[in-house]
This record gives sequence, C-alpha cells and structure tokens, in this order.
Amino acid sequence: MMTLLHNDFVLEIIRLVLYAVGLIAFAAFNAAYLSLLERKIPSWFQLRYGPKEVGWWGLLQPVADGIKLLTKQLLVQRGADVVLFKLAPAMVIIPAIMCLATIPFSETLVPRNINLGLLVIFSFSAIHVIGTMLGGWASYNKYASIAAARVVAQNIAYEIPLLLILVSLVMITHSFNLHTIVDQQAGGFWHWNVLRLSASPLMPVAFIIYFICMLAESNRAPFDMVEAESELIAGAFTEYSGMGFGLFFIAEYANIVVGCALGTILFLGGWHCPFGLLPGLHWFLIKMYFLCFTVIWVRWSFPRTQFYGLLNLSWKVLIPIALANLMITAIMLKLF
Amino acid sequence: MSIEAKSIHRETFVINLGPQHPATHGVLRIKLTMDGEYIDDAEPIIGYGHRMHEKMGENRTYAKFLPNTARMDYVAALFNSFGYVGAVERLAGITVPERAEYIRVITAELNRVASHLLWAGAFLIDLGGFTPLLYTFDDREQILDLLESVTGARLTFCYYRFGGVCNDIDDEFVAGTRQFITRLRSRMPMYHALITKNIIFRKRCEGIGPITADVCRRYGGTGPVLRGAGVAYDVRKAEPYSAYPQFDFNVPVYPESDCMARYLVRMDEIVESLRIIEQALDKLPAGPVMAEKVPRFLKPPKGECYFNVESARGSFGVRAISDGTDKAYRMKLRSPCFSNLSLFQECSRGMLLADALALLGSLDLVIPDIDR
Repeated sequence: MMTLLHNDFVLEIIRLVLYAVGLIAFAAFNAAYLSLLERKIPSWFQLRYGPKEVGWWGLLQPVADGIKLLTKQLLVQRGADVVLFKLAPAMVIIPAIMCLATIPFSETLVPRNINLGLLVIFSFSAIHVIGTMLGGWASYNKYASIAAARVVAQNIAYEIPLLLILVSLVMITHSFNLHTIVDQQAGGFWHWNVLRLSASPLMPVAFIIYFICMLAESNRAPFDMVEAESELIAGAFTEYSGMGFGLFFIAEYANIVVGCALGTILFLGGWHCPFGLLPGLHWFLIKMYFLCFTVIWVRWSFPRTQFYGLLNLSWKVLIPIALANLMITAIMLKLF
Repeated sequence: MSIEAKSIHRETFVINLGPQHPATHGVLRIKLTMDGEYIDDAEPIIGYGHRMHEKMGENRTYAKFLPNTARMDYVAALFNSFGYVGAVERLAGITVPERAEYIRVITAELNRVASHLLWAGAFLIDLGGFTPLLYTFDDREQILDLLESVTGARLTFCYYRFGGVCNDIDDEFVAGTRQFITRLRSRMPMYHALITKNIIFRKRCEGIGPITADVCRRYGGTGPVLRGAGVAYDVRKAEPYSAYPQFDFNVPVYPESDCMARYLVRMDEIVESLRIIEQALDKLPAGPVMAEKVPRFLKPPKGECYFNVESARGSFGVRAISDGTDKAYRMKLRSPCFSNLSLFQECSRGMLLADALALLGSLDLVIPDIDR
C-alpha cells in the first residue's frame, strides 16, 4: 500500500480524481448558490424579500430546488430524437466543467497548468453551443427550433470579437499559459492588463467588449435570446423537465463562472492584490464574484435586446472596435 | 402562378402564441404563420374567456348588472361602471349631484393612473425587463389602498350607483390622495431614467410597430393607440361627460405612431391625470353624493342611448335600449381592447416575432375586456 502511494503514476491519478470531484462540486455549488444570489440580489433592487422560508436567509433554497429537480421525471416529447435530446444536457455541462480544469485559482491551486490553457478553454466553451442547439433541435418543438437557430447565429457573432480581443491580449502577453499571464500582472492594479495602456490605449474598451461577449456567449440577459421567455416560452429548454433542465441550469452558471474567472485572470490580475499585498485565492474569488454580481446586476437592469439588434451590435460595433484594438496593439508592439 | 414565384421555395409554419403564453397576459391565442422569424399572418383567436356579459345585461335588472361591469376590464374597472351608470342615468333621466361627479372623476382618474402604471411594468416584462414592474406595482399599491378605503374593493370595484356613488370620501382619502400625487410626481423622473432613457428600451420601441391614424380609423382603434398615431381624440374632450369640462388638462399626442409614442402617451397621461385629480380635490364641492328619488327598481322609459367614456385603453361605450321594463332590451358594450386587437393582424404582417410582441404589448390589452 505504501509503495503504491509512492508511485508517481498512482499519485497523479489520485490528484486528478480529487480535482475532478472538486471541480464538479465547485460548479454545482456555484450553480446552486449563484441561483440563490440571482434571486436575492434583484430582490434588493426590487423592494421585496426573495427566498427566505427555506433555511435562514433562504440558504437551503438551492437544496430544495435540487431535490425537486432530481425527483422529477425527464419527459421526452413524442416525436423527439431521444438520443440527442438526452445527450444535449451532457454536451452542455461537460465542456463547462472541463473549462474550469485549466483555470489557476491561485499561485499553487491549479488543476492542470498547461501552456495552451487559453486555447483549451475556448475550444471547450465552443462546444456548449452545439449542445444547446441539439437540445433545441431534438425537442421537436417550434419554439425550441427557433431558439436553436438563434443560438448558433448569436454565438458565432460573438465569438469573433471575443477571439479578436484575446488575440491582441496574447500578442501583449506572449503566452497562452494562464499562469504566466497572471504572473505578468503582479504588483498593484496599475499592472493589470485592463490598465495596460502602454500596450494598447484601448485596453479598458477591450475589457468591456470581453464582458459583453461573455454575457452573450453564456446566453445571459440582455442577450438571452436562447431563453427569451416572453417570446419563446423557455426557448431551447422548453421541453426539458427535471434534471435535464437542471443540467442546462448548472451549465449556465458554470459558464458564467468560467467567463468571470477568465475575465479576472486575463484583465484583472488573477490572484494578485490591487495594492500588492497578500496575494492569494481570496483576491481571485473576490474579483470573480464581483464580476458574477455584475452579470446578475446587468440582467435585472436591462430589457432584452432584439435579436437583430444583438447581431448588429456584434457585427457593426464590437467587431470593428476589436479589429481596431488588434491593429493598434500590433502597431504599438512594433514601435515600442 | 408564374414560374418565378413557383421556383422560390418558401416554407411557412404555424405556431400558437397562447392561449397560455408568457407574452399574452391572459387567455388570448394568436395563430402565427411564420416565415422563419418573420410573421406572415397573425390571426387572433378570441373567446376563451367569454362570459356573455352583454346577454347578462339583457337578462338582469339594471342594478343587478352593475357588478358585472367591473369584471370586463378589471385593470381599470371603474371606467366600465362609469360608462354603464352614465348610460342608464341618461336613459332614466337621473341628474347626478355635483359632488358625486367630482368623486367619480377623482376615482376614475386614480384608476387610470393605476392601469397605466401596471401597463408600463407589464410592457417591460414583454420586452424582457423585470425590475420596473415591481416599482410600478409599488405605486399602484398606494392607489389600490386609497380606492379600497372608499370602494371596499381592490380590483373589481363596484362603487358607482345610478345617481351618484355609494360612499362619500372622507378627509383621510383626500389627504392620502394629495400625498400620493406628490409621491408619484417625484417618482416620474425615476421612471424616465429607468425606462425611457434606457438604450435597449429605446431600440426596441422607436420605429417599431407602426400603427397609423388610417389603420386606427378603419379598425376603430382608440385611446393611447390613436393618440400615439398623432390624432388628438379623447372622449373627455370630444364628447365631454361628467365633470370633465370643468378641469384644465392636455391630451398628450405623439405623431410617431410607434411603440415609443404609445408608451410616452401613457406616461404623459399619468401626469395629466394627476393634474385632474389635484384640481378636483381643490374644487371639491360639498353636498350629497346620491341623487334623491332614484327608484329602487329602475324602469327607464322607452328609448335608447349611447354613452361613451374615455377608459384607460380607449373609448368604452355602452349602448342601452330600454323597452320600458326593469331589464334592458339590448345592452351593447363597445370595448376598446377588441378594436385595438383587431388591428394587430394587419399591423404585425412582416414583422419579426420579438417586434410583434412589443407591438402586442403596446396595445395594452386586457383579455376579459375583449371577450366580455
């Protein structure tokens, strides 16, 4: 037994299993308690209490919701493509959790520190679009089909400015490794990429574009065309019940967490303190949850955009700015 | 069919908007023939909430039909009662005391403000913004409390009687109403900051859902829909009734004919209604609130009349024909929502689904008022 533990291979396996369990738990925990915050935070804006009956301050509400979803039957509509219908939630949630695997939470806490971390995240986060589309398509429901068509157009439109921003960022940092990118931002908020004006004067704008694209990519209001409850009932998820819906729900929050974590790493200095003191996990979490709060804040403050307005915003505003940012960055890099 | 038209393969599909759909605010069903996300045809199918109010008006005595009127447009219930008692009073030749007319105006205008506030919140929900509803509900709640203190009900008011109103208002109501006017006036800038100036809201409303004056004329569209199309038609000005000629108020008109115009008309009407209420409270005469010698069993002489009021949604008319008995021979109720919905089919043609829902929301439909 002891010899087994000294075997590097076995240790690595144990490490991976622990991280996998930890990440799934982290994603599920965040989905549960961000959904509680999603009800609590707007209740402060909206002169009401929010959940308060189940547990103190409604803290057990997510547990009650989880039990409800788990005990409900997953109904499959007659005429639906059963295999794809049941596969779609898994195709949405697995990439979301995989994305978390390369995120460095602190100097030492990183499941897998690989050199192409950024690329891995963007490869995986592109998959959830297919999952949502298949879910809508396989549902055999007209509302879901419309939503499925929308999700593809929306995600293609918003992936382009997102990637353009990231290309300019990679040009500045010379690295795809998230750990390295964070390390370059050490020591005070003026070193953060969001304020790295010497590299490109458009960096704060780039951060805002990243944030907008992140909202659109994770299908959050005001860009929640996929759900659009006043137009399409529940959009692509109309026919889903029980844990089928639950997985989409967890994936939505997991995507938000990934997006906010990545925003923290790329633009806000990761685990570094704004004043150069006591770097660590807590700073990372504070920044990440502040971004999560902003996501919720935006959702409850704005009406939903019109679908074509959404595409216009991407093609006519965000992509030109992102391209300009890319060119300015390239010129600055060449000159200085 | 020409060869060119045949060779273009065009496939449409039908989706049902309702009878249970988050955007229809009730049991309205719209059969949409869609070409992708564009609407080819939108056929409203109504009648899910039909309760035969008109027939009931012919089978019940005049007094017994009175509570029915509040069940049609329940969001602005007082206007239906207003139209009905006005018609019957005209038929029976009853003169209403001055104080009662003033109280009717005050309560009806409060109801209009409540209705417009509710609409503003519900419209924002159609557009996907949830927060404003809670703010408008908060203000509407104050009105409901005030009206509850005099009418005894919070939604389906049955307050007006033939010849007056059933309860006099007290000082507490007057003070509370004045307080409410101050409160709502101070909150209007907040609504404009939260809703009117919101860039996404403007994008979703400006230029969206045009309803021209010509369309309104053909379908009988009235109220904010007509005034949002640039026609200054308001029953309170065009065919003055009750105590309205004694108050100074404007009819807000916007010529843009889009959703934004209809929204702005309603927001301005809230302000104008507050002005009317304030003037009525200032000039409130003393005296009785019920006409004397109104018989218990009303038997209007033979004859017919049409009485029109400006409800929160447009012109609400009652055509009553009396054959001299204690029941009406014919009770025709002209509901503004019915006419306003009927123009939806023509106006929504070729629109995007999301825009058509903004248009539907901007019509301010109350489904039981359509179905009656």
